[in-house]
Amino acid sequence: MAEFTLNVNGAARKASADPDEPLLYVLRNDLALKGPRFGCGLGQCGACTVILDGRAVRSCVTPVAAVGDKPVTTLEGLGSTAHPHPLQQAFIDAQAAQCGYCVNGMIMTAKAFLDRHPHPTEAEVKRALAHNLCRCGTHPRIVAAVMNAAREA
Amino acid sequence: MNTTLAMTRRDLLLAGLKAGGALVVGFPLSGMAANAAAQGVGKPKDFGQVDAWLAIDHGGRVTLYSGHVELGTGVETAFMQMVAEELDVPFQAITVVQGDTLLTPDQGPTWGSLSVQVAGQQLRKAAACARRALLRRAARKLGAEASALVVKDGVVSGGTGTVTYGALAASGALAVAFDDAVPLKAPKGFRIVGKPVARVDIPAKMTGEFTYMQDFTLPGMLHGRVIRPTGMQAHLQSVDDGAARRLPGFVKTVVKGDFVGVVARTEWGAIKAMRAVKCVWSDWRGLPPMDTIYDHTRHAPQVKTEVVKTEGDVSISLADAAKVLKATYEFPVQTHGSIGPSCAVADVRPGAVQIWSASQSTHWMRRQIAVLLGVDAGTVRVRYLEGAGCYGRNGHEDAAADAVLLSRAVGAPVRVQWMRADEHGWDPKSPPYVTDMQGAVDANGNLVAWDFETWFPYFVPGGWKHGAPVNGVPLLAGSLMHDTAGVQVPARQMSGYGEGNTWPEYAIPNLHATIHWLRTTPFRPSWLRGPGWAQNTFTNESFMDEFAAAAGVDPVAFRLKHLKDERGTAVIRACAQRAGWQARPSPAPHTDGRVARGRGFAYVFYDNKRTYVAAACEVEVDRKTGKVRATRFTIAHDCGLTVNPDGAKAQIEGSVVQTLSRTLIEEVKWDAAHVTSLDWASYPIVTFPDVPAIDIVLLDRPEAPAWGVGEPTCSVVPPALSNAIFDAVGVRMRRAPFTPERVRQALSAAQA
Ligand code: FES
Ligand code: FES
Repeated sequence: MAEFTLNVNGAARKASADPDEPLLYVLRNDLALKGPRFGCGLGQCGACTVILDGRAVRSCVTPVAAVGDKPVTTLEGLGSTAHPHPLQQAFIDAQAAQCGYCVNGMIMTAKAFLDRHPHPTEAEVKRALAHNLCRCGTHPRIVAAVMNAAREA
Repeated sequence: MNTTLAMTRRDLLLAGLKAGGALVVGFPLSGMAANAAAQGVGKPKDFGQVDAWLAIDHGGRVTLYSGHVELGTGVETAFMQMVAEELDVPFQAITVVQGDTLLTPDQGPTWGSLSVQVAGQQLRKAAACARRALLRRAARKLGAEASALVVKDGVVSGGTGTVTYGALAASGALAVAFDDAVPLKAPKGFRIVGKPVARVDIPAKMTGEFTYMQDFTLPGMLHGRVIRPTGMQAHLQSVDDGAARRLPGFVKTVVKGDFVGVVARTEWGAIKAMRAVKCVWSDWRGLPPMDTIYDHTRHAPQVKTEVVKTEGDVSISLADAAKVLKATYEFPVQTHGSIGPSCAVADVRPGAVQIWSASQSTHWMRRQIAVLLGVDAGTVRVRYLEGAGCYGRNGHEDAAADAVLLSRAVGAPVRVQWMRADEHGWDPKSPPYVTDMQGAVDANGNLVAWDFETWFPYFVPGGWKHGAPVNGVPLLAGSLMHDTAGVQVPARQMSGYGEGNTWPEYAIPNLHATIHWLRTTPFRPSWLRGPGWAQNTFTNESFMDEFAAAAGVDPVAFRLKHLKDERGTAVIRACAQRAGWQARPSPAPHTDGRVARGRGFAYVFYDNKRTYVAAACEVEVDRKTGKVRATRFTIAHDCGLTVNPDGAKAQIEGSVVQTLSRTLIEEVKWDAAHVTSLDWASYPIVTFPDVPAIDIVLLDRPEAPAWGVGEPTCSVVPPALSNAIFDAVGVRMRRAPFTPERVRQALSAAQA
């Protein structure tokens, strides 16, 4: 066990963890941030995505020791039901969820993508999300939500 | 806790009543029995007296107690709409309690797209009963005839003034019997039913505030993980947990027969312990080779052979017909593949077992867990929390059984989260499917004979313990423990499963459908979205297309020619029109170039009794790689009254995407010992770039009963794709999935 101070959603957060413990478990179990979700633990589905230093990364395969003081943003760091981020609002408006379990990954991946490519085509959005899995088949609405968010930004 | 568990929910609610003035509506036995029968759960044995409830408190808040649960399909919102409409209360005044075995009626599993159709209709009638009783009370208070009163947002006005539902409920207890014949509001007056109301669960799911099953914790909760045999029926020979014991936070290794689990203080500690425990298993290699699975299915031991449909005489008409076709259709073993693997929390104490689970059927699970533990079901309470999308009986019940065993062993609450490989390797599977078809047309091109023969697992495995029926897929932990008390043997059949859509609803004078009910399949079978019905429709609607092509007739025209049903005809026409369907026979005229384009059509009257769906799809087939890409799906849909059109569209979209994935790429893989497709790389599902455009026409019929929405669409997707591939390249894909390799093989076979 070691002590870590992480920079999460703009605040310094302390956690004691094994250095090889994936960031996902630290966020969920020690910092009570449940936005990032466990889907595969293998870096394949995207459910655990967080934004680390401006890039969407898979927290299930990111050891906590590799995070350092780089800023981590989770779904909670974007907004809340009271004050949703425009991207979250776009997902709500498009009713872009069935179970919603994959949506953390969709929103966080789209956020990092839109920050770099604010005016994407639909095909670019689909490519950006190509490695995020959804089993419920919400894809059409997710693409619509991201496109709407990009248009309104 | 003991007291609460020992009380029935009826006691609880009646206590509330005596305390002063909630209004409750109960369903009598008969209503629930009819409901249960409609759901195919067989004759209910365990329905007490008054079973399902709706309560209104002094503040006018309405609580619904629903045995059916939100699985991500929007039923919670739909239930709220139906009750708000019937009661004339604000939508926001309603709260839904779901799937808590102490507080909700046992309405059977949330399956078959039956929630709105059956459970919602019950709630709607309960609301109408409540409204009628409240108006009678209001009439006395306001000195007016009940019929002269109007209600808006829970406020009754007329006569001498106004009074709220809350005040009426507060003026004394009012127990209302459920009246199945209660008059319902006419669709003309609907304010909220039929409107695209936004789902109540979505905002919190977009921000991380929603509590999924996977997020739930209890004070003092420990973390468990399971270690499964290397061969599906291998036996444990030895366990060495020396290395695990040295890990910080390690609590215990639990071994019961072939069940092995570890418990640790932290989740990461449990994962490390799971990896550190060394188990030696016997060398079991009993799985049939993958490429023999359909033969294996044909020769599996049978419970019985059942002729589920017979009209006219198929054998004579086949012998006399102008043209006879024969074909075999196959659909693979598939996994549920929820994006979040199964998870449960259990707290097992003497005399009180508490479980939190995302099971689609908490009531069934409660009895199964009671059998597993050898305790009275009255001491077990299961509470529902939504998990990742659930499309049938996946691993939730098994994860709960794991958690229960681990919690019992350590005397503390334990959370079990299955790893991805646990889910892909050990969830019960959609069984292998094979069907032989024969059919015939006369000299005028009219279908005269249709003969369907399939092999399918016999459901339900059940047993009788502690005087209560046990339904459901046998719990994995029970089988691994080899504890006879926990083993559930097939005892009776769940009607409806597998036999729906074995015959098509076309006018064919000679029809015959046979099911060979199998005792077992290589993997624990369970239901996965559109179970049997989807596979049967793949068969029948592909075969229909083969006849249209043989007759040189446009596939839509061929279907219409054989269809007498008006609503079905309207759905087919609406679909063809929206899709811009050009009448011509398949296959399409040959085009040069690497990519061939085609279109396919399919139609179903789901389960031969509810919801009409037609699908037209457009595909591109890469002749070189064999890759099939669907570019567009058009769906026309008639489910009677559509409670929430946007919710219905979401379900239809999801059904198209998921079933397209199942049809084009999904197949469980295995070697002699075990499933080998244990992750998303070896069991891929469709991704964004391959998701087609989806266009939906809803034929709303507000005067007709509300039928189910999700599953029916699943059933038309496989045949529409198969038919479109035939249209594009002239080869019939009769074995799903239509992977690039299979399509390539079919193309080169056709050329040879
Ligand atoms: S949970 Fe991290 S990619 Fe699947
Ligand atoms: S909405 Fe359920 S997995 Fe995407």
